[in-house]
Amino acid sequence: MTKGRGAGGESAPGFVQLLTPDGERIDKVTGADGVEYTVDFTDDEYRGLYRDLVVVRKLDAEATALQRQGELGIWASLLGQEAAQVGSGRALRPQDMAFPTYREHGVLYCRGIDPIMPLSLFRGVDHGAWDPVEFRFNMYTIVIGAQTLHATGYAMGITKDGKVGNDDGEAVIAYFGDGASSQGDVNEAFIWASVFNAPIVFFCQNNQYAISEPIEKQTRVPLYQRASGFGFPGVRVDGNDVLASYAVTRAALDHARHGQGPTLIEAYTYRMGAHTTTDDPTRYRMAGEVESWQAKDPIARVRAFITKQQIAGDDFFTEVDELARRESLALRERVLAMEDPDPLTIFEHVYPHGSPLVDSQRQGFAEYMDSFEGSAH
Amino acid sequence: MSGVSRIKEFPLPDLGEGLTEGEILKWLVKVGDTIELNQPIVEVETAKAAVEIPAKWAGKVQAIFHEEGTTVEVGVPIIAIDTDPSAPPPSTDAEAPAEAPARTPVLVGYGPRSGAATRRPRKSANGTPTAAPATERSEPPVAPSPVVEAPAAPERPLVLAKPPVRKLARDLGVDLATLTGTGPQGSITREDVEQASTPARPAPVTVGGEQRVPVKGVRKLTADNMVASAFTAPHVTEFLTVDVTRAVKALDRLRTLPDWRDVRVSPLLLVAKAVLVAIRRHPMVNSTWAGDEIIVKPYVNLGIAAATERGLVVPNIKDAGQLSLRELAEALTGLVQTAKAGKTSPADMSGGTFTITNVGVFGVDTGTPILPPGEAAILAFGAIREMPWVHKGKIKVRQVTTLGLSFDHRIIDGELGSKFLRDVGTFLSDPEAALLAWT
Repeated sequence: MTKGRGAGGESAPGFVQLLTPDGERIDKVTGADGVEYTVDFTDDEYRGLYRDLVVVRKLDAEATALQRQGELGIWASLLGQEAAQVGSGRALRPQDMAFPTYREHGVLYCRGIDPIMPLSLFRGVDHGAWDPVEFRFNMYTIVIGAQTLHATGYAMGITKDGKVGNDDGEAVIAYFGDGASSQGDVNEAFIWASVFNAPIVFFCQNNQYAISEPIEKQTRVPLYQRASGFGFPGVRVDGNDVLASYAVTRAALDHARHGQGPTLIEAYTYRMGAHTTTDDPTRYRMAGEVESWQAKDPIARVRAFITKQQIAGDDFFTEVDELARRESLALRERVLAMEDPDPLTIFEHVYPHGSPLVDSQRQGFAEYMDSFEGSAH
Repeated sequence: MSGVSRIKEFPLPDLGEGLTEGEILKWLVKVGDTIELNQPIVEVETAKAAVEIPAKWAGKVQAIFHEEGTTVEVGVPIIAIDTDPSAPPPSTDAEAPAEAPARTPVLVGYGPRSGAATRRPRKSANGTPTAAPATERSEPPVAPSPVVEAPAAPERPLVLAKPPVRKLARDLGVDLATLTGTGPQGSITREDVEQASTPARPAPVTVGGEQRVPVKGVRKLTADNMVASAFTAPHVTEFLTVDVTRAVKALDRLRTLPDWRDVRVSPLLLVAKAVLVAIRRHPMVNSTWAGDEIIVKPYVNLGIAAATERGLVVPNIKDAGQLSLRELAEALTGLVQTAKAGKTSPADMSGGTFTITNVGVFGVDTGTPILPPGEAAILAFGAIREMPWVHKGKIKVRQVTTLGLSFDHRIIDGELGSKFLRDVGTFLSDPEAALLAWT
């Protein structure tokens, strides 16, 4: 019997998987969109993907621990979704532009961005602003689904700028989740992208839960099938398979950069942890379900594959673990060293050339601060 | 200070956006254990989730401060870890670094840092620290005086006005700096700007002459109760004018009885008795609306509205239906004296089931009283006047009063309300007969 959840799951026709949970390589697969997918990596590249997956998971675990220790206000863990993020993140070309949610720590890492960058937001010492153009990576968007519209507008813009239509063209990727697929914003983005043939890839990580709401409360059809109603191709990929995630994303980005229009990728995966550190997943899902996904772990299958193919030995795995440990410790130290901002900085960046009103408010607040004993102001 | 202290205390963090406490479910380590960084040390359950807390430092568990099953406030240390256990034992006077400041409980966000322990004192005008307030939650500060002081800095006076008001002023050619605001904190309102721009009308005399009374205490409570009652319970008021000459004579006879010599006897006593007798005949009047059910009370806590210097207070006589007439008289006297002395306790005022408001003492005939929240009926008792009255077929001068009964129409229909009011009137027009017939 087909369970309602995700309508077919991994057994649905056209499910793109190139590496089984046991680490067996599948040569090529034809997706639901009719495209044949495969990858051809060197040993070095396989090792690189494994390294990314392990480091990203370790950094994420460190951030979760920091929140539990009172050093971050909140953290949205990516545990379980490493392959979808590393696979799609590594498929991006330098000129491509990514629009993340607040959980795309793995994509950020694969863009070559210092993982410390978003942590000041979660520590509450700034508003998480960075230059999206410099990093080709938009700011973390907390509003659910809003970034799909930003991304669509950006994609329409680069078309008008003449940056689309050849091998070196630019493409855009918009990340969102299964819960966001119910948002009006996301559906509007689909319409605009479709009608204007925007060079965009909608990358939906279906991690099965919108906080506590299961996917069967979000949709009666597999999410990737929604694309056909909007008039562009959709494909479901094994989001716990880094090879398939890479292959499908790369093809969709190339499709977009050549001016062929949008694609919806549904990366079928599972959030192993809580939605954020503020909720308790044991209250809304069964332990047996979590165990069944444990068996599909995205890192274990790559390690099994590398071992079987003798691409690397135990020394390599130890070395990667050590690298991840060093990077996570460095991240911890830098988070702990972040200082609280000067209270008066809230008055900055309000007007580009200042304002008498804000100036007087700043002065009034400074005087208030000065009214305390031992004030530094 | 000699470097960083090696014994570190770990305070319970806010585990989920504004939580104030957590329960220690299970310790995963014990004193003396050697632990690694991020090793799970304890399971804590908060209002949102049960979570494992990883160790913030590697080292040796020096002390565990709270047993399993205890609830700990955020910011309170739960464990001490010796971060350098290989070194010689620390001296006993090692300072305890409580490094995370305590937080004031809030529902959302991270809240202000609490308390007396960490807050720097404000400087007073002469530079010495002001005394800490006696209680943590003192009265809210008195509303600022509506009279706005002239700005001290003449070169650029501080003008408070919302952006739409500023735009309106610009459109109407009004200089905001010339206005005195009547809004909060002396801010300039839309009305201030409109008035200033209308030359036909003289600019209003600021606020001089008006008396502004802060709404707080009994006044605020009364206002809240009246609004809550008036807009939830559909009120109906009925009136009945009755000849109470016999009742007044009965009171006179009571006063002459030896047992009653030192008891204060007033018409209110008979009204109270009339109400208690009528409630026994119509228990539904002594009830409360509870949404999906009506709760009929087995006792009568008889409230008496009393005007005091603090304002209106409504203490009640507990289980008044069980009292003899003399006990009722004493209870009424005591209740009114306590109220006039301003010593009515909150317990005296809670739990009322039926209220009498004696507007007659102010010389008026009746009113349409508003129900105290949670009560189904209230009786207004007016002044007793000598009036021409048809008595036994002839016009005579009689003692007459008017009763006004308001009731909650969700519970009490016109029929029941009328019967109840009529019974009260019948009792007052011939108390002896009513007592013989009904009790």
